[in-house]
Amino acid sequence: MMEHVHRQPDMPSYFETLGPRPKISVRNLNFFYGDHQALFDNQLDIAEQKVTAIIGPSGCGKSTHLRIYNRIFELYPEYRATGEVFLDGQNVLDPAQDLMELRRRMGMVFQRPIPFPLTVFENVSFGLRQHYRLNRSEMADRVEAALKGAALWEEVKDRLHRPGTSLSGGQQQRLCIARAIVVEPEVLLMDEPCSAIDPVATMKIEELIKELKSRYTIVIVTHNMQQAQRVSDFTAFFYQGRIIDFGATADIFSKYSLLEEVPAKEQLDALLAQERPDARSLS
Amino acid sequence: MKRRPSTGRRAVNLLVTIWAAGSALIGIGILFWIIFVVVSRGLGAVNLPFFTQLPTPPGVLGGGLINAIAGTMVLTCAATLLAVPLGLFAGVYLAEFSEDSKLADFSRFSANVLMGMPSIIVGVFAYTLIVVPLGHFSGYAGALALGILMLPVVTRTTEDMLRLVPNTLRESALALGAPRWKVTLAIVFRAAKSGLITGVLLAVARVSGETAPLLFTALNSPYWFHSLGEPTPNLTVTIFNYAMSPYPDWQQKAWGASLLITAGVLVITLLARFTLREKKL
Repeated sequence: MMEHVHRQPDMPSYFETLGPRPKISVRNLNFFYGDHQALFDNQLDIAEQKVTAIIGPSGCGKSTHLRIYNRIFELYPEYRATGEVFLDGQNVLDPAQDLMELRRRMGMVFQRPIPFPLTVFENVSFGLRQHYRLNRSEMADRVEAALKGAALWEEVKDRLHRPGTSLSGGQQQRLCIARAIVVEPEVLLMDEPCSAIDPVATMKIEELIKELKSRYTIVIVTHNMQQAQRVSDFTAFFYQGRIIDFGATADIFSKYSLLEEVPAKEQLDALLAQERPDARSLS
Repeated sequence: MKRRPSTGRRAVNLLVTIWAAGSALIGIGILFWIIFVVVSRGLGAVNLPFFTQLPTPPGVLGGGLINAIAGTMVLTCAATLLAVPLGLFAGVYLAEFSEDSKLADFSRFSANVLMGMPSIIVGVFAYTLIVVPLGHFSGYAGALALGILMLPVVTRTTEDMLRLVPNTLRESALALGAPRWKVTLAIVFRAAKSGLITGVLLAVARVSGETAPLLFTALNSPYWFHSLGEPTPNLTVTIFNYAMSPYPDWQQKAWGASLLITAGVLVITLLARFTLREKKL
């Protein structure tokens, strides 16, 4: 690992001056499900064209955190976020932010692959139509390029006009990735993209993530520690809605030998007390 | 601890089972009885002239009900054209855009009330709105009355069917930067398609047998009709008139018309069930 990142929670950036450029900077981010506060004062920098993994035990706010970046949580009127999420220096939580453009720039892949009730081709072209005016052959070229980019083209080129739901689970998830990259986003948000698919398909997706990071900034939420270790450059460690540690993945995983699997609660509480003396354990 | 003897409980259990099964049997039995009577009495009246000829004056044998058959179809279609776009979008509002506002609560409650509204009152409403100002009965008034009866059924089934679509589907479409209306019409509607069709079919089935709302509005006519601007012949009011008449030939035709409507509603209901079942596969 080339980058050396020092955790400095009170500084505006986690990265040293010569470190990778932060594509996304999260500042003082809090999140509320109605009256219940789920995230506390999150500070995080996401390096450009790197993979940042968000790990932590279930229910610690990993997905909640990710779902603020593209403001998809706003589908639910009782949910609320305060603080700032800067994308290239521009606060996306600003009410004046153009949501459609924001979501074009930040694609999202969800836990379960959810193809639209359309054909394979239309699944990919749907997003394209929203943002670009293309003729038929340009459209076909873009769709093909996206399916190739998602390592799916060879498997579906003969059934582009079959329903998206006719594909296997792993193929469906790669279809969802193709659907997300076809609009040429800058960031890919992946919310436990492998939690609903089998190990072989998981390996394919992980290979894909390693390829995609040359073109996109990737943030991946995962509860699978080995996966975080395999695919990510940086790791943010969440616990009880707080980011209790952040750094280069190799550093994080050598610092705590405990991350082979989700650590025991006592260890986490000790860690929380050590890293964030202000935050009391909620137990 | 003293145990209660089980004989009494067993007897009560048996009794309740018999009661419940008996009630179910009586319900189904009545349905089949009606169908049996309608078929056995109506089948004799259904022949080729029944579908191809106009009604004859009293005392003249023969003739048919082509005008009423066509009239009922046109009225139902016109009502569907009125109610379906409105009901679909009202349902879309309730399920997708209302965020449970006061207006949504109020419209949902109104739709429920409207659904239980006696149809004759809806007929009188259309009468006051259209027949009185125009000075004569018309098919438009009939279509309006039927449309009003369909509206709450379409609205509520649309809302229910859209709510069955998982939010994860909306999220993944919104996450691509599509506007909400596009997500609703292009993705959510497609996912709920068979449910929406079922809702419309059930609404059509509900109104195609209505008589009361047509008495004050479309009325009836023994002649061919040229537009909905005049009294429009229809099967249900024809059944009402012919069944009350003293002529055996007309009474026979009323049975035939009853059979036709029963069969129509049955076919529509089966179609609705069929489309819904297809979705589950």
